[in-house]
Amino acid sequence: MQIEEKFEPTIVAFCCNWCSYAGADLSGTNRLQYPANVKIIRVPCSCRVNPMFILRAFQRGADGVILCGCHPGDCHYTTGNYYARRRMTLLFSMLDFLGIERERTRLEWVSAAEGAKFAATMNDFVETVTRLGKNRRLEDLRCNK
Amino acid sequence: MEQKNLKETVLRISGVNPRKCMKCGKCSGTCPSYDEMEFHPHQFVYMVENGEIEPLMASKSIYRCLTCFACVERCPRQVEPAKLIEAVRLTVIRQQGQNHLKPDAIPALLDEDMPQQALVTAMRKYAK
Amino acid sequence: MQRIGVFVCWCGSNIAATVDVKAVAEALGKEPGVVFFEDYQYMCSEEGQNKIKNAIKDYALTGAVICSCSPRMHENTFRKAAAAAGINSFMVEIANIREQCSWIHKDKVSATEKAIVLGRAAIAKLHLNAPLTAGESPVVKRALVIGGGIAGIQTALDIADAGFEVDIVEKKPTIGGKMSQIDKTFPTLDCAACILTPKMVDVAQSEKIRIFAYSEVEAVKGFVGNFNVSIRKKARYVDEVKCTGCGLCTEKCPQKKVPNDFNLGLDQKRAIYIPFAQAVPKIATIDADYCTMLKTGKCGVCSKVCTAGAIDYKQKDTVLEEQYGAIVVATGFNPIELTKYDEFAYSQSPDVITSLEFERITNAAGPTGGTLLRPSDGTHPHKIVFVQCVGSREDGNGCGKTYCSKICCMYTAKHAMLTREKYPDTEVYVFYIDVRTPGKNFDEFYRRAVEEYGVHYIKGMVGKVSPENGKLMVRASDLIEGKQLLIDADLVVLAAAIEPDKSARPLATMLTASMDTNDFFTEAHPKLRPVESPTAGIFLSGCCQGPKDIPETVAQASACAAKVIGLLNKDKLTCNACVAHPDEMLCNGCSTCEKVCPYGAITYESKEFRMPDRTTRIRRVASVNPAVCQGCGACTVACPSGAMDLHGFSNRQIMAEVDAICK
Repeated sequence: MQIEEKFEPTIVAFCCNWCSYAGADLSGTNRLQYPANVKIIRVPCSCRVNPMFILRAFQRGADGVILCGCHPGDCHYTTGNYYARRRMTLLFSMLDFLGIERERTRLEWVSAAEGAKFAATMNDFVETVTRLGKNRRLEDLRCNK
Repeated sequence: MEQKNLKETVLRISGVNPRKCMKCGKCSGTCPSYDEMEFHPHQFVYMVENGEIEPLMASKSIYRCLTCFACVERCPRQVEPAKLIEAVRLTVIRQQGQNHLKPDAIPALLDEDMPQQALVTAMRKYAK
Repeated sequence: MQRIGVFVCWCGSNIAATVDVKAVAEALGKEPGVVFFEDYQYMCSEEGQNKIKNAIKDYALTGAVICSCSPRMHENTFRKAAAAAGINSFMVEIANIREQCSWIHKDKVSATEKAIVLGRAAIAKLHLNAPLTAGESPVVKRALVIGGGIAGIQTALDIADAGFEVDIVEKKPTIGGKMSQIDKTFPTLDCAACILTPKMVDVAQSEKIRIFAYSEVEAVKGFVGNFNVSIRKKARYVDEVKCTGCGLCTEKCPQKKVPNDFNLGLDQKRAIYIPFAQAVPKIATIDADYCTMLKTGKCGVCSKVCTAGAIDYKQKDTVLEEQYGAIVVATGFNPIELTKYDEFAYSQSPDVITSLEFERITNAAGPTGGTLLRPSDGTHPHKIVFVQCVGSREDGNGCGKTYCSKICCMYTAKHAMLTREKYPDTEVYVFYIDVRTPGKNFDEFYRRAVEEYGVHYIKGMVGKVSPENGKLMVRASDLIEGKQLLIDADLVVLAAAIEPDKSARPLATMLTASMDTNDFFTEAHPKLRPVESPTAGIFLSGCCQGPKDIPETVAQASACAAKVIGLLNKDKLTCNACVAHPDEMLCNGCSTCEKVCPYGAITYESKEFRMPDRTTRIRRVASVNPAVCQGCGACTVACPSGAMDLHGFSNRQIMAEVDAICK
């Protein structure tokens, strides 16, 4: 695959309201830079993220999707992130089966205090996805019309 | 550098993490050959963590340990000092290039109730 | 079609420096449905809010998108402003272009682009917003306190003081808990009974407090403000109303060989007993495991001597159903089982005792009448060894606990000091790993034990205790002197780790309150909400939340009461508006959502539906209790038929955001 020189990936980040979204806010408050490719969607809990949302994002042209939740044991709703972890494990193996590179999806635990981790994770993820290039396999080109 | 290597060897052989020690001294409080030893079980843990392996290797203490495992059994943090002492002993033996145990001799000595390590240690100490 | 207004905030230069706010406002103004756009320096200011309110009125807006700082900052501000202008407060969406855009980017072009995308996503979501109203639920103005120790007593007294009714459920025949077994309290050395029993009497005399002693919580249903609790009152075989507590039966009962659990089995009681003289309620109880009458039907001495006629051998357990607005957990602690610690010979020698047993032996109301005597032969011990950290601070793979039990250092200092004071001919050795004395006057207390009373504090741990010829040979290390010691002690006292009461785990399941790996209840926030459980309406008091001494327990108990009073003072509770709701036509009654719900908010009910062919059919469908649902959304993803959705974060809304971002 030819990687364009100025390829800017589209990256969707689902962040739970209580930990990761606050962590993202904290990285902003601390002025920690990460690429503008990352767009955050706020969800109440990582377990609110239906694997369908992630497939939809790929279908609509996202190049990478990352789901951030509270650390295991710290979920505001007690067990939500455990559900998310199981669902994502299944989704990841399905994406693998579909031939989507494993690195395009990621599940990370970011607490409300981990602004630095959030920024570092996003930097790393954007770099990874940029290296992989455009997601062409799952993109539904009819959507572009 | 040499010191660091020695420490790593001892840690690798023993599989012990001396940092788990909370310095309560229960190992030395329970050791039956405490008075025979120059360095006591809790000192082994402390000195290994500090990389002071050579004095331990030079000391007679490593041969005074009965390998009774009282310290292993009673350590509240499962640091297992006897394994460290055994590891220091082994380091000495390895440097001497000797191994007192003949593999053929093991089966006859096997006893289900005896910890394997105790048997092996006894062989190293006494079978020449 | 919605009529949307877009408001872009400069936030001074915080946003405007890296994002071209005018360009953002204009770009978003071209989005479908947007009828008004504006940018302003400080949207959150009075003036900014007025701009929003006026625009809503002037342009008949149905919703507002505000591009500003994080919704965690000002979502409420803007929602209130919208509500003041007459639209539903949930018709406001915020695009976070400060924390998640202007502050993290330096390039103005890409930051402006990103801000536009974020704004678009918010507009796309707002198109699908529907007005939401938070439900309300009434509050039953009564509280339940589970556990009648000092924590439960203090919480109950404080709540009752504020004028609310409180019920205490205690599984033992009397309230008082561990504190009633203790002799003296550190660091002031006042007598525990002298300060506890007046409080117990206050509880008994309070018109607002009911005590259900010898009772247990059997089931809990409901939610904050409306708990339905089943309380099982175990049969005492004594009529609580008739019994005067004279104690005649407890003297005449011929069955004398019953281990006395109040004295931790150090002596024996009768089969009918009152745990101790100041018990509240002071009512006799028959131990059904030992009573000859209940076992064989041949005795009846107690009923003959009872002048009040209170003995009732046919009494049965009764189950009460009660309603409460708040539940306080105060289940307390127990010392751990020491039978696995063979090296201390606890199960081999009666002269190796736990600290709580030592309390009973030195207590004037205890088995020895307060004289320090060895349990084995009743002689006075001349050498006592105290061992600290027995079962505490272990690595978690053994039989002990990983945490520090917190109270042992201080009570051991107290025991050592009291022993030296009463019996100066006794040598006292304390083996410690660390002496931990954070607390008011605590370290001074420990220093007094060493300096004034001559207690031998030895840094090191006891390795082995072996009973030999009536003595206890204690082998221990003295780490500072570098010696191994062998002490011929008469008595060994083990400072056993404390653990939450065994009843806490099943109770937590009933309450859907979370616990940590040590079975301590977890608090809603370890620093900022230390007396509330994450489950709404459940409050924590005392050692059920973590090891605590008496002053801390009382402080937490009162804090807990303040939180309960705050809740009970409300007439109605506003619920979370963003709750799950099922589409009943899609729901197939599979119960998957019920299983994943961490709050038990989902139940199933059979409902009548009109079918297209004009027949009616009864179908089993999910129903969400909006007062309980916290809106996590676990059920929405679990639902195989897609019937479950979440208000405020619906499937379509999130998809719309995804689409807007990926466009």
